[in-house]
Amino acid sequence: MPAKLEARGLTRHVDGRALVEDVAFTVEEGRILAVVGPSGAGKTTLLRLLNRLDEPTEGQALLDGDPITELDPLKLRRRIGLVPQRPAMLEGTVFENVTAGPRIRGQQAGGERLLAILDRFDIRELRDRSARNLSGGEQRRVALARALANDPEVLLLDEPTADLDGANEARVEELVAELVADTGLACVVVTHDPVQARRLGDDALRLVDGRVQARGSPAEVAR
Amino acid sequence: MLHGWVEDPVVVKGALQVAAALVPAVAVIGLSRLRELDLEAEIGVSLVRGLVQILAIGSVLGLLLSVQLAWSGLILAAMMVAAAVISHRRAEGLPQAFWVSLAAITSGTGIVIVTMTWAGAIETTVRNLVPVGSMVIYAGLKTNSLALDRLRGELDSQRDRIETRLALGASGTDALRPEVRTSVKASLIPVVDSLRSLGLVWIPGMMAGMVLSGANPVYAAEYQFVIMGMVFGASGLTAVATTALMSHRVFTEAHQLRVEAT
Repeated sequence: MPAKLEARGLTRHVDGRALVEDVAFTVEEGRILAVVGPSGAGKTTLLRLLNRLDEPTEGQALLDGDPITELDPLKLRRRIGLVPQRPAMLEGTVFENVTAGPRIRGQQAGGERLLAILDRFDIRELRDRSARNLSGGEQRRVALARALANDPEVLLLDEPTADLDGANEARVEELVAELVADTGLACVVVTHDPVQARRLGDDALRLVDGRVQARGSPAEVAR
Repeated sequence: MLHGWVEDPVVVKGALQVAAALVPAVAVIGLSRLRELDLEAEIGVSLVRGLVQILAIGSVLGLLLSVQLAWSGLILAAMMVAAAVISHRRAEGLPQAFWVSLAAITSGTGIVIVTMTWAGAIETTVRNLVPVGSMVIYAGLKTNSLALDRLRGELDSQRDRIETRLALGASGTDALRPEVRTSVKASLIPVVDSLRSLGLVWIPGMMAGMVLSGANPVYAAEYQFVIMGMVFGASGLTAVATTALMSHRVFTEAHQLRVEAT
């Protein structure tokens, strides 16, 4: 049975410079791959290649064994959710943000499932507030809920606790771990923090200058 | 004939008036230098260029308006191409900006000119078709420049939001819809404001000219409104066309942003 998500020799060059070079890994359902590395290592580029916001120069990413370039990009991005490092809040309320994905596809947004998502991320009380006026921690939770409301099979998280204080950082980490355990999502978490990689990851990969420097258990890789 | 025009005392008087009109413009250049706005070269070149162009067209206007009617279509087409050449420079960094500008200006202003000529609001004489057509084309140029300039700015400042919508599964055109709306609105501010202030803050030159040359003031006002209606129509159509055409071109077939962040 193929891995949920697989990267095979993923490479992206821009203006002759390698942002990501020959990166390979697999992620199974219900597991978190922590990608750790310093700033400029190519971590964000890697995530953008995985949900096809950028195109690889060489190599391929596969979802359930199918090359992602052979899938409809709009459907692919529904199946592989991405929460960027600085999640942008869209116009409107928290509710409108969380339901943005289904509404884009013309689906009715609401119901028990949506309320459960709002409760999971502790944002039910915020549902009618303007999303752009929330704190950093609240915006991060809204962005996670928004990605989950799209019913993804894979979740890509770029520095999910960047700029958060200790309490909010712990809260977001806890939410991510619970989410993966409960839903069986395959998850890739990018972080510059080796300690976070050890806390969150089931597997880990160290990226330096766009290349995989080490791969294995978080305890070994994220030292 | 040209020699005779230049020697006309009224032309000499006009040259003095031009010199007087340049005084505040030169003051703006001085102010720009003083405040380090870095606009001296652009303003200076635009002033000289505008003066040379208007003198050139003034010298040949008599000849231009005496040609056969069939030529007026060619003259207006040449104006549309010139408008696209000038306007697309405001869209630096956007793909195929010249062709988008040409298509938008030609369709936006062309529809208005043809429709209004067919309706009889523009007389089918070169003397009427060319000057009125040029006003409409100029409005298209201005709106096209403003719309593309704003869209480029939005692509830069709202990049995170656009990519958030893409990441949620929106198509390129859907992901860019709010920014397109903002760009169209912004590009129409001058023409909307000119309609609002019509008669209150400014009396347009064409109407004033008609009244001064003895036309019925009410008819002059009516015709000025017709012109404003044409300008508004051409501006709106051009803004919608240029942003729609460009919003297809800034994304790849896989709905990825083609325009790099600056």
